[in-house]
Amino acid sequence: MDANELLRIDKLRVEFPSRRGTFVAVDALDLDVARGEIHGLVGESGAGKSTVGNAIMGLLEPPGRITGGEIRLNGKRIDAMDAAAMRMLRGRKVGMIFQDPLTSLNPLLTVEQQLVETMMLHLQVDHAAASRQAVELLDQVGIPRPGERVKQYPHQFSGGMRQRVVIALALCSNPDLIIADEPTTALDVSIQSQILDLIKSLCRERSLGVILITHDIGVIAETTDRVAVMYRARVVERGATAKVLHAPEHEYTRALISAVPRPDVRLHRFPVVSYIEDGGEARGPIDISGHWLGRFDASERHRGELARIEGVSMNFTLRRSMFPSRRTFFTAVDDVSFQVGAGEVFGLVGESGSGKSTVARIIAGIHHPSAGRLLYAGTDLTAQRLAGARRSHQRHIQMIFQDPFSSLNPRMRVRNIIAEPMLFHRLVASRAEASEVVDDLLEHVGLGREAGVKFPHEFSGGQRQRISIARALATRPRLLICDEPTSALDVSIQAQILNLLKDLQQELELTMLFISHDLPVIRQMCDRVGVMQNGKLLEVAPTEQLFEQPQHAHTRELMRLMPRLHALAPPQAVGASA
Amino acid sequence: MAEASRQPAPPRGWFARALDSDVFHSFYTSPVTVIAALVTLAFFFVAIFAHWIAPHDTFDLATISIMDSELPPAWLDGGDPRFFLGTDDQGRDLLSAIMYGMRLSLLVGFASVLFAALIGVSVGLVSGYLGGTLDDVLMRIADVQLSFPAILIALLVDGITKGLFLGQASEVLSIFVVVVSIAISTWPQYARTVRASTMVEKSKEYVQAVQVIGLPPWLIVLRHVLPNVLGPVLVIATINLAIAIIIEATLSFLGVGIPPTQPSMGTLIRIGNNFLFSGIWWITFFPALALAVLVLAVNMLGDWIRDVLNPKLR
Repeated sequence: MDANELLRIDKLRVEFPSRRGTFVAVDALDLDVARGEIHGLVGESGAGKSTVGNAIMGLLEPPGRITGGEIRLNGKRIDAMDAAAMRMLRGRKVGMIFQDPLTSLNPLLTVEQQLVETMMLHLQVDHAAASRQAVELLDQVGIPRPGERVKQYPHQFSGGMRQRVVIALALCSNPDLIIADEPTTALDVSIQSQILDLIKSLCRERSLGVILITHDIGVIAETTDRVAVMYRARVVERGATAKVLHAPEHEYTRALISAVPRPDVRLHRFPVVSYIEDGGEARGPIDISGHWLGRFDASERHRGELARIEGVSMNFTLRRSMFPSRRTFFTAVDDVSFQVGAGEVFGLVGESGSGKSTVARIIAGIHHPSAGRLLYAGTDLTAQRLAGARRSHQRHIQMIFQDPFSSLNPRMRVRNIIAEPMLFHRLVASRAEASEVVDDLLEHVGLGREAGVKFPHEFSGGQRQRISIARALATRPRLLICDEPTSALDVSIQAQILNLLKDLQQELELTMLFISHDLPVIRQMCDRVGVMQNGKLLEVAPTEQLFEQPQHAHTRELMRLMPRLHALAPPQAVGASA
Repeated sequence: MAEASRQPAPPRGWFARALDSDVFHSFYTSPVTVIAALVTLAFFFVAIFAHWIAPHDTFDLATISIMDSELPPAWLDGGDPRFFLGTDDQGRDLLSAIMYGMRLSLLVGFASVLFAALIGVSVGLVSGYLGGTLDDVLMRIADVQLSFPAILIALLVDGITKGLFLGQASEVLSIFVVVVSIAISTWPQYARTVRASTMVEKSKEYVQAVQVIGLPPWLIVLRHVLPNVLGPVLVIATINLAIAIIIEATLSFLGVGIPPTQPSMGTLIRIGNNFLFSGIWWITFFPALALAVLVLAVNMLGDWIRDVLNPKLR
């Protein structure tokens, strides 16, 4: 055994028995982690990567259990330990960093109480020593004014700072191994790189072994020394990160890497990946002249500018009161103006809370702006409230939502979901015609007509997003708003959905407002891009120009932090970055 | 998740699928629930077919003889094999009276639950979907309503109706009064639950999607929100069925509910109560036992429905 070796997993098998047979979540998994090394575990949702972390921690949800193989920490077998021994091990030898910093801290205790409690339990130190160490620890994880902040409650910290507290909590009993399960997925890209740098430097300083579980190849490329790629419960490829990412041997690894949107060059289409789920690519293009989707009046065809917002602001009420002076507001969108030309794909990019989704919802008519005007094809829609007069225009503006699991009514069949808008707006002569158009739309989004009789829960996230697209098309829209349409999807499914949106946009001559926090996706999809921060629109520029010569300081910062696969350094130099 | 080994194909046909579903599985693996369901079904059966099953027709005055009054159950000294559970003070067969009484109790229970659910679900949907001042007003009304005990409201409604009709309340009217009273005192529970679920559903993206399509609010509420908030209503309705039967019995016991000519469980218990201290215990005991068993069974069913519909407890 290598003296430096910390963790070794041999032939691990985890099963979840159920009434309908046994589900194998992890199968024949080998993994070893050395001290001072960050080992990545990458895969798409359902690949079993989190189950590996939970199996090491002894935190498998019943009825899941380890049915084969062994896990050794410092040469000692830990997979067959009883619950009490496992509990001590969890605190002392292995620490865990979870995805959501909001829920992994106890909101009722101060940071000091949580740290001191853990340290007194595991390190046998008295209260005074423990609180002294707590302050030192907060200092080490980069929290400013640690002596003061240690007395605060979790809600007084921002998301990134809270994740630092979670890391301090994982470190406070001096563990040998840290399991970080998607530690940056809930964070903005600028915070993400800080947290990853922190994990890297702590790993070197304390010679910790770290297992970094993530779905994001960019994170793997920037952080890890070695990586294991998981696909359907098995590791398909293992090795030094640079080697695996530059010269992948397994077909799945190649597919996964090729599906990651490139930030540097705009491609016509994403490479087709149908390793996880069939992409349904074999369909003819829609001939708009003879198709139902192309049957709109000449008056609905537009040249030049299609939509424009002028000085739009949106205040959300934080506290209601009878007296205007006592009311408090949060300004989500602050004096934003831009226009979208017909047939153009306009992108809005920004971090969470920048107001980009609120702008989308104002244009879609879900929110009524507090100030400013929204013009569609020259008509001022804000002058008319939602009902009646606005409805005829509203039909031409449709929206695709972020969360495929809540954007479809769970109690309606797919064909009824898609038929509803055309029946309501009387775009079809009869129910028979409606069901023909529904079948046709389902085929065009790559699902096939037999999908119509099913309920939404029978579909995966990517397939549901296809249903959402079919529903949006059912009103024959001219402006399609896509609000983070792929941020809840795996990268290979994302490529399929983005290809589908691109094709439909070109075939139907659609105008698109595309909203994302993901700069590479924006680069692949958009003709022009606006950058938002704190409710303000900072700059608008054609995509190539924005990516090559960003004008605003915040845009430059976003560009710098964008994870780049091609920026991958040789393995020995990874720790030296930042 | 990814691969599933040894996964049998789902069975075909809606009936086979229903038998195979998780809900049904949790049903037949819980013996208590199965027994509760069988008991409830038996009570329903007896209540519905009382006219054919009951050994005597308690409404047929020709078959009632005062000579048979206050007979003990058949297996005791002085019991008459014709009257298995004995007779009441007017010589009516207690077993038959319970069967007919059960019919009335269940009728009142179902009617008041339906009525309360109708008011409560409507108020909850409007309040939760529209929000604002209307929501404030409706919910304050519900709060005020909840601060009065059901019995007090029932007595109030009863008093007002009796006053309006100058004491000439007919039997049908008095049943109606009981139903309305129970509904008025229980609707806020439905309203609050539905309002909370509506607010959750309203913020989901499928509701926003139909807003973007341009459907008017009433259509969104009826077609999209309502089917998604009915789960909790089913749970409350089942548990409230038991509560409604108890309230009805209480009101009848106090003498403001169903008149003695239409004996319900509560009326029977009240009549028996007068004779309790003269050693004639069966007139109170058997109706009370039947009532307790029914309420217990319905409550257990309600608990099971609550658990099976709550994904957190599964």
